[in-house]
Amino acid sequence: MMNNIIVLPLIIPIMVGVILVFLRPYVKTQRVISLVTMLGMVGISLYILNKIQTDGILRLDFGGWEPPFGILFVADSFAMLFVLIANIVTAICLIYAFSSIGESHEKMFFYPFVLFLIAGVNGSFLTGDLFNLFVCFEVMLLASYVLITLGGKKAQLRESIKYVVINILSSWFFLVALAYLYGTLGTLNMAHLSERVAEAGQGPLLTTISILFLIVFSLKAGLLLFFWLPGSYSVPPTAIAALFGALLTKVGIYALFRTFTLIFYHEPSITHTLIGIMAGVTLVVGSIGAIAYQDVRLISSYNVVIAVGFILVGLAVATQTSFEGSIYYVMHDMIAKAMLFLIAGTMIALTGKTKIDEMSGLIRNYPLFGWMVFVVTCSLAGIPPLSGFVGKLLVGEAAIESGSYVLLALAFISSIVVLYSLLRIFLNSIFGETIISPEDEVPLKKGMIVPIILLAIGTVFLGLGAEFISGYVSDAARTLSNPSVYIEAVLGGN
Amino acid sequence: METLIILLIGILVAVATYLILSRNIIRVILGTAVLSHAVHLLILTLGGLKTGNVPLLTEADAPYTDALPQALILTAIVISFAVTAFILVLAYRAYQDNGTDDLDALRGTNDE
Repeated sequence: MMNNIIVLPLIIPIMVGVILVFLRPYVKTQRVISLVTMLGMVGISLYILNKIQTDGILRLDFGGWEPPFGILFVADSFAMLFVLIANIVTAICLIYAFSSIGESHEKMFFYPFVLFLIAGVNGSFLTGDLFNLFVCFEVMLLASYVLITLGGKKAQLRESIKYVVINILSSWFFLVALAYLYGTLGTLNMAHLSERVAEAGQGPLLTTISILFLIVFSLKAGLLLFFWLPGSYSVPPTAIAALFGALLTKVGIYALFRTFTLIFYHEPSITHTLIGIMAGVTLVVGSIGAIAYQDVRLISSYNVVIAVGFILVGLAVATQTSFEGSIYYVMHDMIAKAMLFLIAGTMIALTGKTKIDEMSGLIRNYPLFGWMVFVVTCSLAGIPPLSGFVGKLLVGEAAIESGSYVLLALAFISSIVVLYSLLRIFLNSIFGETIISPEDEVPLKKGMIVPIILLAIGTVFLGLGAEFISGYVSDAARTLSNPSVYIEAVLGGN
Repeated sequence: METLIILLIGILVAVATYLILSRNIIRVILGTAVLSHAVHLLILTLGGLKTGNVPLLTEADAPYTDALPQALILTAIVISFAVTAFILVLAYRAYQDNGTDDLDALRGTNDE
């Protein structure tokens, strides 16, 4: 089904972003327009998601060039669920930014670049062409380079150089992999690639190329190759760090799922085993990192890493149930990680300290905030009825069915580590003796607590309303485990 | 011809790797620039260096040259231009603020 509406998640943020560049001095106007845009995008995503359920996978051939010759956008449930949650999280992070980011940032094009970032993210989710995926990645990355350096503090400049260089290198590997793939198969349309790989058989050469893609996307997702992640996610202002923690690694995860379920699924004994090993090591090393540090931002960053490992366990197991579990978990993780980063940033804003043993008894001063920390702890640990539970249950179930007991054990031990690392924050900083006297208390701004509450509502809704979204998730998982559905929607019926 | 170009790509990648592994930021940036040229050549070569006519149906006869790699390279060049410009400015700012262009000195304090 052709439909022009699926280009809107890419085009609207770019156009509005360009307009906002010209509205630089009018901070209030920028705030209103960017928030309205994001809310509109949430609405559009919901509409497209529901349309897919009735009409099947939607696609848009740009310029009327029919696939496999032109570039196209493809919207299936898997992509749209990512788009939907990404837009919701961005809208909420914007609300947090209103009261925390400061006017100097707002006047230096903060809102336009957030919109460019989300345009790149949405484009990466929706594109049906591997080279176009590279382009959308770069749109997102360039915006993220600007956002991470905005403010120009010493630590930011130091960390952002590493972040930029690592990403240039991984983009280079992406191009190399694309060149080899084009040289071998003569196409870059994902559905067409899948068809040709199936015809020609996934020989050693194609498997090697697939491993190049694995390296590229692992660098972006923080799967095993996450050495750059904790440093660079802990330097920017809170709202930006929350956006990065919630969205950027998920784009890499999306690309991994897409390539290894649609294109390179013929040699699971090599590729999926490798993904499984990488996921396992990520879980272990991430867990060590989450316990080792005292800095709340670093603890949060290592929690991102653990979640990446957990989600990729679902890809390594590669059954329909495990895909469902991973999708639930990704959705949960975007919301809960944004919440965790906002909470970490708020703790730093309230106390002026970054280490957990320098804060204490915050629940006495800020009771509501304390309870929110409790909610995020339970949610990330996967305690029902919060949102982490469903995903963990399904991934665990699939791992047992397929006999991947090592991954199962690692995944669930890591959940205990997550619980422990967050309980450390809770017990040290939220409970304990109150060291801030009522006179010295920094008032907790409404603009800071409201987004955190909204995210908390999101995690509760995802948990209690799992039944409500299960239709979308099972449709997404069905497409992932049957590549022919996707290929038929793109190449069939011309 | 393909072999020659592949050898050239190899040399470029070797040079770029050497540059990227040095401690000086400017050399690292030059390294990434050389690296991007290498990959552009690679795309061109793997698309096939066969001589053919321009791919315009009414203007020329078959065989046609594959135009897609050139379109890909054009896009990639624009992107690498933007990224290189950005990182040059970033390196200059970092040099101004941190007072050094040595990556070892930019490791950051280990108090965290």
